[in-house]
Amino acid sequence: MEKLIEQFSFGLFFWQLLLFIAVLLLLRKFAWKPILDAVEDRESGIKDALAAAENAKKEMQNVTADSERLLQEARGEREAMIKEAREMKEKMVSDAKDLAQAEADKMIKQAQLAIESEKKAAVADIKNEVATLSLEIAEKVIKGQFSDKAKQLKLVEEMIGEIKLN
Amino acid sequence: MEIPTIVGAGLIVIGAGLGIGKIGGSAMDAIARQPEASGKIQTAMLIAAALIEGIGFAALFAS
Amino acid sequence: MHGFFETDILSDMQKPFYVKVLLVVTLLLGINAFAQEKDHSSSEEKGSLKSEIKEFIGHHLLDSHDFTLFTIDEENNEHVGFPLPVILWDNGLKVFSSSKFHHGESVAEVDGNYYALYHGKIVKTDAEGTINYDDEHHATNVKPLDFSITKNVVFIFLVAALMLFLFARMAKSYKSSAMPKGVGRLLEPIILYIRDDIAIPNIGKKHYKKYMSYLLTVFFFIWIINLLGLTPLGVNVTNNIAVTFALAILTYLITTFTANKNYWKHIFWMPDVPVFMKIVLAPIELLGTFIKPFSLMIRLYANITAGHVVLMSILGMMFIFKNWIGSPLSFGLAFALSLLELLVAALQAYIFTMLSALYFGSAVEEHHDH
Repeated sequence: MEKLIEQFSFGLFFWQLLLFIAVLLLLRKFAWKPILDAVEDRESGIKDALAAAENAKKEMQNVTADSERLLQEARGEREAMIKEAREMKEKMVSDAKDLAQAEADKMIKQAQLAIESEKKAAVADIKNEVATLSLEIAEKVIKGQFSDKAKQLKLVEEMIGEIKLN
Repeated sequence: MEIPTIVGAGLIVIGAGLGIGKIGGSAMDAIARQPEASGKIQTAMLIAAALIEGIGFAALFAS
Repeated sequence: MHGFFETDILSDMQKPFYVKVLLVVTLLLGINAFAQEKDHSSSEEKGSLKSEIKEFIGHHLLDSHDFTLFTIDEENNEHVGFPLPVILWDNGLKVFSSSKFHHGESVAEVDGNYYALYHGKIVKTDAEGTINYDDEHHATNVKPLDFSITKNVVFIFLVAALMLFLFARMAKSYKSSAMPKGVGRLLEPIILYIRDDIAIPNIGKKHYKKYMSYLLTVFFFIWIINLLGLTPLGVNVTNNIAVTFALAILTYLITTFTANKNYWKHIFWMPDVPVFMKIVLAPIELLGTFIKPFSLMIRLYANITAGHVVLMSILGMMFIFKNWIGSPLSFGLAFALSLLELLVAALQAYIFTMLSALYFGSAVEEHHDH
């Protein structure tokens, strides 16, 4: 320790202090301040850029989500529309079917009615025909039978007999 | 009878060496346990070692 | 140690130091006697070689008034180098060239005053160059205030100029592009490391900016000057206690003058402890504020000195073992040690910066409840 104190050189101390403070002040003005400022600027620039990128990414995600949602909605709408159309179609088909059925039924009924009346008319006609024919036949038969007197008498008798029975 | 100072210097060196050795060993253990904190551990280790070293040197120069 | 702290505030705390210093002085006398004995006991030739190496190392560690690159012939006083200006304050400014001393061989005469070199220091003497000694073999000649541009001052100038050149150029390169160019690419990560891993964690985001200039300057100054000390020129500036003292006192002054109320409160009136402890702690804490920069000073000085002494001693082995094993062994050891010293050069700069930042951090720490 004694040696240290003896070794201590005031001149060297003085120069060291003077030069060091001078260097410190000069460097602070001409080097450290510009360097640290530049580095800080660069860092804040990088930070801003990163934040901007992050924002852009988020926005992108939002947009994607939006479009996804829109797509989903559109898909749902389409589905609903298709379903509605199908239902409508079915309804229309069934309506048409019902209508056609009813019409057909109606027509069939009319036809049946017509057939029935025709049939009746025909039957009436046939009956009339049959009556005239039978009358004619009967006339003929009777003409034939009544050519013979005996036979006429017999018939009369028969008829009188029948009347008696009544 | 006077004990030569060189003996004292030796004792100082032994003491400081043991101390710094212990710090180094503990730091190694700590780094092995938590490798992710190695930077902080190294800094703390250097400071502690420097403090012991400073005392050791002060004593050496006083001796 | 008490030489630096001759203040009244400390007088009651200094008793242990006085005891210690007394002890140290006695022990120092002891080791001197011991060393002398050893020199006498060894064989004449080897002893002289050893003491020659020792003297050379001692000379290497000291500052000098001329820039000697190497010595051709010790006997005839032939050296290669150049003289440096000597600036003295002795009832007026005296400036002359150190070549007047002829490497300490002769007395320099300036304006009727005579000066001589005694153990690297300039002392006032008479025409014959007499040195008067006191009982303890210390020179009693008047020592004028010496502001000479010594070898170390030249190197401080060089490092200062180098730093200004490097960093001003680096700062300029930022004007043209956001990325540094050239040597700035190497320096920028170090600057960022000091900011992000030394200043911000220790001082805090709020206050770190005002200390950055000091931390950066002190780191690069110590680092570059330590590295220059490892060059073959071997001018190691930081093994002068005056240099490390100047750096440490700056750390101390900055800590003291930027300290906030909380810092002083923790020193003089430690919160959350009993009153008795507060009174006991105050002088200890106050002493602590001096010990912190003191340990900074000693640590840097001692590390660099120790490194150089060991390196030179290992090199000196080459001359002591004059056989086939000595030189390679000495070379290998010196090589390994040089690598270690490269690390130490950076490590000491780092530690000085780190601890300075720690002290600044404690000075501006905000009050928080424990």
